[in-house]
Parts: sequence; structure tokens; C-alpha cells
Amino acid sequence: MTEAEITATEKAAPPAHPLLKLDSVDTYYGQIHILQGLNLEVQSGELVCLLGGNASGKSTTLKTILGIVQPRNGTVQFEGEDVTSRSTSYRIGKGIAIVPENRRLFGPMTVLENLEMGAYLHAGGAKEDFDRVYTLFPLLHERRRQLAGTLSGGEQQMVAMGRALMAKPRLLLMDEPSMGLAPILVERSFEIIKQVHESGVAMLIVEQNANVSLSIADRGYVLSTGRLVLEGPAAELREHEDLRKAYLGR
Amino acid sequence: MSETPGIPAPPEEPSEEQASRIGVDSWVAETERHGRGRGPLWQLARLWEYSPDPVKLLAFVALASTVPFWTNEGDLFVFGLFTLLYAALGLGLNVVVGFAGLLDLGYVAFFGIGAYTYAELSSSQYGIHWPAEATIPIAMAAAALVGVVLGFSARRLLGDYLAIVTLFLGQAFVFFTGVANPTVAGKGLTGGANGIPQLDPLTFFGYQLTSTKQLYFFLLIVVTLLATALYFANQSRTGRAWRALREDPLAAEVMSIPVNRLKILAFVFGAAVAGLCGTIYAAIETAAVSTNFSVSVLIIIYAVVILGGFGSIAGVFVGAIVINCTLEFLEPQNDHPEVKRWLFYGTIVLLIALLKPWFRPVLVLAGTIAFGFVVHAIVAATTAASWTSGVPVSGASWLARWAVIPTGSHGNFNNYLYIGLVVAVVCTASLKGWWRMIALVPTLYLTALVWENMLTQNGGITAFILFGAMLIGLMTVRPQGLLGTARVEIV
Ligand SMILES: Nc1ncnc2c1ncn2[C@@H]1O[C@H](COP(=O)(O)OP(=O)(O)OP(=O)(O)O)[C@@H](O)[C@H]1O
Ligand SMILES: [Mg+2]
Repeated sequence: MTEAEITATEKAAPPAHPLLKLDSVDTYYGQIHILQGLNLEVQSGELVCLLGGNASGKSTTLKTILGIVQPRNGTVQFEGEDVTSRSTSYRIGKGIAIVPENRRLFGPMTVLENLEMGAYLHAGGAKEDFDRVYTLFPLLHERRRQLAGTLSGGEQQMVAMGRALMAKPRLLLMDEPSMGLAPILVERSFEIIKQVHESGVAMLIVEQNANVSLSIADRGYVLSTGRLVLEGPAAELREHEDLRKAYLGR
Repeated sequence: MSETPGIPAPPEEPSEEQASRIGVDSWVAETERHGRGRGPLWQLARLWEYSPDPVKLLAFVALASTVPFWTNEGDLFVFGLFTLLYAALGLGLNVVVGFAGLLDLGYVAFFGIGAYTYAELSSSQYGIHWPAEATIPIAMAAAALVGVVLGFSARRLLGDYLAIVTLFLGQAFVFFTGVANPTVAGKGLTGGANGIPQLDPLTFFGYQLTSTKQLYFFLLIVVTLLATALYFANQSRTGRAWRALREDPLAAEVMSIPVNRLKILAFVFGAAVAGLCGTIYAAIETAAVSTNFSVSVLIIIYAVVILGGFGSIAGVFVGAIVINCTLEFLEPQNDHPEVKRWLFYGTIVLLIALLKPWFRPVLVLAGTIAFGFVVHAIVAATTAASWTSGVPVSGASWLARWAVIPTGSHGNFNNYLYIGLVVAVVCTASLKGWWRMIALVPTLYLTALVWENMLTQNGGITAFILFGAMLIGLMTVRPQGLLGTARVEIV
């Protein structure tokens, strides 16, 4: 979409609901209070990054969005619909997909089979879906008969992303896509993230690598021990004093 | 979703040469190359590995259908029929445990439900004599129904708890049929400890299967159909989803694979197969007796699947043949003592011969033979004659000069031998390299002693313990089972 088109659509019909909205969510693991009154929004087509140190509750936020853990208070809304009490597979059916932390591929299965599992809801995926993924990641086509567990870390990351994209999501959650990748691959994978984003998929990216992720994001949130401590446009966050000290190292 | 214009065409297919390399773990390929071309046995194994699954099944069926023509009625019954029955049971369990990764310890109860359903509907128990084409589907449906109810009530429990719930089901079933035996229509429903005798033979549309041969071919057809069905199920999207959820249930869940539904499906599928086997078993035995569905039968079925390798269909067949034939040969009333001995030593020599490189088996076997003569000479020189004056069961007098076989009572000698063997097997399995080779020598000799002194006389429980040791050894040397594929771990 061009600049003009975007403004045109926005003017014509301002979206009634954000694509995703967490409303004062409290999530516990047993007695431990992890997420504390978390408010978070992702507009459709937006790229949002969620920053925070280790154990600040980033992965927990994604798990709450997917319904793998249930919040004790607060609601999770997808396109205005309250999905808090809905199952994980219902939410995925609505158009959420995830690239999980550590990728979690099905190691003894081939790349092709992994991709197919990503499109399980869509009867294993149509040819266009495979083609779309292969276009983004030509290497996966070449290696489609290789066992996913035997791929290198960077290649596995591509499979994990491809697998998530097979479900044709409107919101893609990514948990630390750059983990364990060489700097050159980090850049490359963020290029791909940008490319996927430009094709119209909204994204919520959890990252430790604040510098790179803020450079492509529209907005960002910063979590610290389960609370939001900062939020705002990515460009603003990049200039923010505290954040720079904590993450950007300058 | 809008596409970027000018999509580059997906890359070309990889060349033939590349394609054969891709998909093979490089480490596995490396080891394969090292082992290439080692003797005819190895070549045969290669040929087997590279032939597609339908060819393997055809080869098995072709071989199996010749069996009735070169065995007598009795052997066909104990070796042929029961091998096929264990294969069928193993195929069902393989779906539950091997494909879906559920630890179902109540599998044998579904087997029993099938048998008792057949017994109620095709016997003089209540004077109902329905034909098999009616009772088999009903029995399968009954087993499946219990599976569904259990699967759904254990929905939240799927996981470790499933093992406990199903183990309970197994025990409850044996108790219900053998002890509780509620009175229905003026009669004990399940006949108590004596079970339900005098069942009708399997009758399909007026055609009776009475002879062992007829039953054998019927079972062969059932097993072939089952294996074919499982092959296609395994190739299907559902089959792949089963594997995916076995690998990583959480990842499967976030891929929106309906984990619970697929688990219950596998569980119920297994239950129905067990139910089918139960009807055939009841008809073969012409009785349904609760003790036939105890934990020891469950162990045998698990041994079949574990030995063959979880998830491998061909493995189930190998497992069934090995386990059933071993069990039968170890039966005390088996009337082929020499065959028994050849089979026993033959298997051991064959297993040792698989060691690499080639000089290891030669050294180990030569060492064992020498070790035996030395031990025998020492025992003969230092103890009373009664220690070495025993004669092995059924001939082979040279054996008496190699193996220490005492006559008369020598306290707990046999039991010590046995415990010694189990310890030796476990030790050998945990050693590495040359130490393992060295430990193999006394272990093999102990095995021979246990065999000559005990196992030739009483099979039964000793067979089970020997199985346990065998499985421990196998799991250490080849954790994936005989035909299972090694799992590739994501690091
Ligand atoms: N299943 C669980 N049970 C109990 N505590 C948990 C569980 N999962 C996470 N936690 C705890 O919740 C806290 C937040 O975990 P979370 O995985 O959300 O952190 P994170 O921000 O993703 O960290 P990282 O950057 O290291 O991945 C941690 O203290 C963790 O130990
Ligand atoms: Mg995390």
C-alpha cells in the first residue's frame, strides 16, 4: 500500500477496534504474580515490539494472548471480541499465529511436514501458501525434505517463521526471533520480518535486541517485572534516556 | 493479504543426487558409509531398509502364507496363530503409544472387552449365537465406546495420569470379570474365575472357521488389512499430526492441532483394534477367561512394540515373531528341546556376529568357549564330582565338558546363577568399548549355564525376567528398538 492509500483508508473508516487489546491483565503462575495490570494494543497492520529484561514476563504476555495461560483478571480481545475464555485453537482459528521461543520445531519431521502442521486448520495448506513461504525463504524449498532437527539454527528460524505464516495469520507473535543468530543473520531475519509486515500482517515481537527491533517497529512497550514501564512510538523510545541506558548501551 | 508484485518463481527441484542427500542426517549418513558392504547379512539388512513399506508387507504376507504348508497343526497354532495375534495387538498399541505417545496401560482390558463381548453374543451362555459379521463390529464398537468414555473423562488427565487411569481400568476389568461376576438374567454375566466356555467358532455368512489353517489365514488377512490401514493413517495428515504432538504437544497446540481430539482418536482406535483381536482370540481359545487379560499379557504386547521400535509398523512384525517364538520355545512342555537349544545359541551367536568390527565377534566367541573349558576344568579339579556330572537335557555330551551342570541339589546354585546373569547383563550394557567385549565373555558363559541348568526345565516366569534383561540390553545398545528410527534432537 502506498502512503496515500493508507491515509485514505484511515480517513474513510477509522478502525472501530484495535486488532488485539489486553485490558488490565493479571497473570499468575500459582501464587506468583507475573503480569500486573498489563494494558497493550496492536492495531491491524502494525508492528509492535515488546522489550524487557529476562524474566520480565514477555513470553508470559504471549502465552496469555494465546490462551496457554489464563489471566486471573482482565480481558484479552481480538478484533473487539472477548476471547479471554476461549481455547488456544479458537484464537488461532481467528488469525493469531506464533513463532515460539526456541522455535520448537518438530525435529524428526521434514521441513515440508513442519510447514504442513502450521496450516493444520486449513487442511494442511494450499499450494499458494507453500509458494508464499518458499518465496520468502527459497532455502526452505530446497531443503523441504530435510529433517527440521538437522537444520542449522538460522535455517530453523526460517522454518519456524514459515510454519507460523502457513496459518495465514493477521497477527503474528514472535518470541525472540533473533535468539542464537549471528549478527548478519539477525539483520537478515529482521529484513524478512519487515517484508512479512509489509504484506499486511500485524506483528507483536518480543525482543532483547532493542536496537534492531525498534528500528523497524511502529511502536514499542517496555516491561519490567510484569509491569509496563514505558510505551510509545518506536522513534521516541529509541531516544529515551532510560531505555538507552538499559538496552542500547550508549 | 496483498502480495509483493513480481513473485520470484520457487527454486528448481534439487538434483537427484542432492535429493538423496537432503533429508538424511549427515551423522547418520556418515555412520552408514562406515558400515557399508559388510557381509551378506548386512546386505540383506540394507535391501530391507531400502525397499518401500508395501513391498515389505507383501514379502511378509508371501512368506507367512507358506507357513501352514511346512508346519504341523500344533506348531501352526502356537507359533503361527499367536505370532499373528501379537502382531495385530502390537499394531493397535503402536498407534496409541508409538504414534500418539500415550502410555495406555489398560490396553489389555479392551482386548478382554472384545473377547467377552464375543463370548456373550456367540455361545450357549445366554443362548445367543450371532454370527461373527455381527459380533465383531459390536465388540469393536463396545471397546471403542469404553475408550471414548475413558478418553473424554480423562481429557484433562491425558499425560502421566492416563497411565494410572488405564492401569486401573485393566485391573478393574480383571476383577469385574473374574471376581465380581454380577448376576444378569439368572446367570453370572462373566462366568467368574472359570470364564465363559464353549464359544462358537467364527462364522461369517454361514461359513465356519474351525481348523487352525482357516483361522491362520483369516488372521493373516486381518493383520494385512490392519497394517495397510495403519500405513495410510501414518502417511496422512492425521498421522503426521500424531507424530507432531508426540514430539512437542505444546508446539502442536499452538499450531492449532486439536491435540486432545487426536489423542482420544488414537486411544479409541487402539481400543477398537484390541477389541477386534479379543473376538478372534476368544474364538481361537473357544473360551473367555479373565486371567488371560492380566498385566503379564500387557507386558508381552508392550515388549512386542518396544522390541520392534515405537512407531515402526514393520518393527511390530519383527517384535511379534521374536517375542512369541521365544515365549513358545521357552514353554516347558514344548516338544522340540534340540530346536530350542539351536535357536537359543543361534540367536546369541547371531547377535554377537552383529558386533563391529569383524574380529570382535570372533574374539568374544572364542573367548567364551575357552573361558567355559577353563571354568569347567577348575570346577572339576577343585570340587566333588557331583558338581560337574550333570548331563544337558537331550544329548550333546560335549556340552557337559564345557558347561558346569551339577547333579542333585546344590542349594540355591541355580538362583545365584540367575541373579548373576541379570547383574552381568546390566553391567555389560553399561560398559563401553573393549570393557564391554571383555564383560561379554563371562556374561555369555553365564547365559549358557542358566540356559542349561534352568531354562530348559522351567520357562514361565524365568522367560519374563530374561526378556527384561534382553530389553535392557537392547535399549542400551539401540534405544530406538530394532526397526525404530533414531530421533533427532533439536539442540
Ligand atoms: N510455567 C511456569 N510456572 C511458573 N513460573 C513460570 C512459568 N513460566 C514462567 N514462569 C516465571 O515467570 C517469569 C516470567 O517468565 P517469562 O517466560 O514470561 O519471561 P521472559 O520475559 O520471556 O524472559 P526471557 O527473556 O528470559 O525469555 C519468570 O520468573 C519465570 O520463572
Ligand atoms: Mg521469554
